[in-house]
Amino acid sequence: MLLIACPWCGPRPENEFHYGGEAGIARPPDPSAVDDAAWADFLYMRSNPKGRHKERWRHQFGCGRFFNATRDTVTDRISGTAKP
Amino acid sequence: MEFSLFSLVRQAFGGAAWPRQWRDAEPKPAYDVVIVGAGGHGLATAYYLAKEHGIRDIAVLDKGWLGGGNTGRNTTIIRSNYLRDESAAIYEHALKLWETLSQDLNYNVMYSPRGVMMLAHNEHDIRVFKRHVHANRLQGIDNEWLTAEQAKAFCPPLHIGGDARYPVLGAALQRRGGVARHDAVAWGYARAASAMGVDIVQNCEVTGIFRNIEGAVTGVDTTRGTIQAGKVAVVAAGHTSVLMGMAGVRMPLESFPLQALVSEPVKPIMPCVVMSNTVHAYISQSDKGELVIGAGTDSYISYSQAGGLHIASHTLAAVCELFPSFRRLRMLRNWGGIVDVTPDRSPIVGLTPVPGLFVNCGWGTGGFKATPGSGHVFAATVARGEPHPIAAPFSLDRFRTGHPIDEAAAAAVSH
Repeated sequence: MLLIACPWCGPRPENEFHYGGEAGIARPPDPSAVDDAAWADFLYMRSNPKGRHKERWRHQFGCGRFFNATRDTVTDRISGTAKP
Repeated sequence: MEFSLFSLVRQAFGGAAWPRQWRDAEPKPAYDVVIVGAGGHGLATAYYLAKEHGIRDIAVLDKGWLGGGNTGRNTTIIRSNYLRDESAAIYEHALKLWETLSQDLNYNVMYSPRGVMMLAHNEHDIRVFKRHVHANRLQGIDNEWLTAEQAKAFCPPLHIGGDARYPVLGAALQRRGGVARHDAVAWGYARAASAMGVDIVQNCEVTGIFRNIEGAVTGVDTTRGTIQAGKVAVVAAGHTSVLMGMAGVRMPLESFPLQALVSEPVKPIMPCVVMSNTVHAYISQSDKGELVIGAGTDSYISYSQAGGLHIASHTLAAVCELFPSFRRLRMLRNWGGIVDVTPDRSPIVGLTPVPGLFVNCGWGTGGFKATPGSGHVFAATVARGEPHPIAAPFSLDRFRTGHPIDEAAAAAVSH
């Protein structure tokens, strides 16, 4: 189980949190203006890197807020968390 | 050498040591086809390419050892009672191949159709599983509904009592489902492919994919040198995103650690495979006597091949409730494998935007059962340069065109 530092509440065990997937994926502001490939890229394509990963977490059983974390997907070590 | 009763008796009475079953090849500078990943799916692809399509100038590369990834880490469950017609077709294609695989390979893969029983614990489960039973009948696939008492009769150690938090209300049973020996599947395909001239190259990690000025694939860079290739087929499960990234292709995949564990060996007690999506456990007994238990995935992507203890604990709690007589068993080993999960929980088998580059991935938490069928239809796809009819719905392009095959409810574990 990971120990995750919520930027507001401090270090808490992983089961207080909900994983929110890759960070920085923005919904196209006008979906009908983008083509199918760009829309599929937004919906489905993920970088899924072996190494540094920027991701979102939500402190579900705590303050309830979303924040960003940087984690190494090989060691699972979290190098930092930050308020969005 | 050919395995037969005669050869076994001769070896038993002082024959020479068993010979190596396949060649541990050195990489050549060039091949017609390079397959990346020497797991069950990759080796099966090589076998069917050689056997059915006459393509024998093949290398199967692996960064580690043969069958050392998810092929050696899964819980060996085989079934084909999926919901969607597309899924039922590909998994049933595999199940039919399982039934004759030992004879086909002349290698005992210990396929044992002992029955796979999926438990229903609430009204929703009952409706979903009955829907599966009806859909499977229309597809010509065996699947039947059992009452709780019939489920108990089929699997005596199962506790169906009303005092459980999630009592067993019934079950869907596929009698042709079962298990096979996972290592033997890799070894059997490797032996048969190697005998037809396929090079299996271990400890050879692909570090780059070469493309020409038109964008087509020309070969791969590896830790054991450069290898030219007419076609490159990526069959690398959890590492698919990393490999496809080398060719500039983004994939709709996320990689998660999926855990399994085995108990100390005991005398035969589990006559079948039992799965429960609702309380999240699946369990069978190996021929060595260990109870083989499948747990869940971590919530976050990872390549750590480990997984959190709370995931396994959750499954063990469910197993103890379903099988109270197992409560005092000790666990011997636990491990994780990295599974590549697609948004619709269905695999991707087919062409890519890069000419000459093919991909077979996204089998998620349930790829072992598909091994022969996956290899068979992927070999045809690679050989002909167009999708095999059974593989066609599982294109990478379906995410762009809006034709996902939603099997989330039918997967072996809840996601």
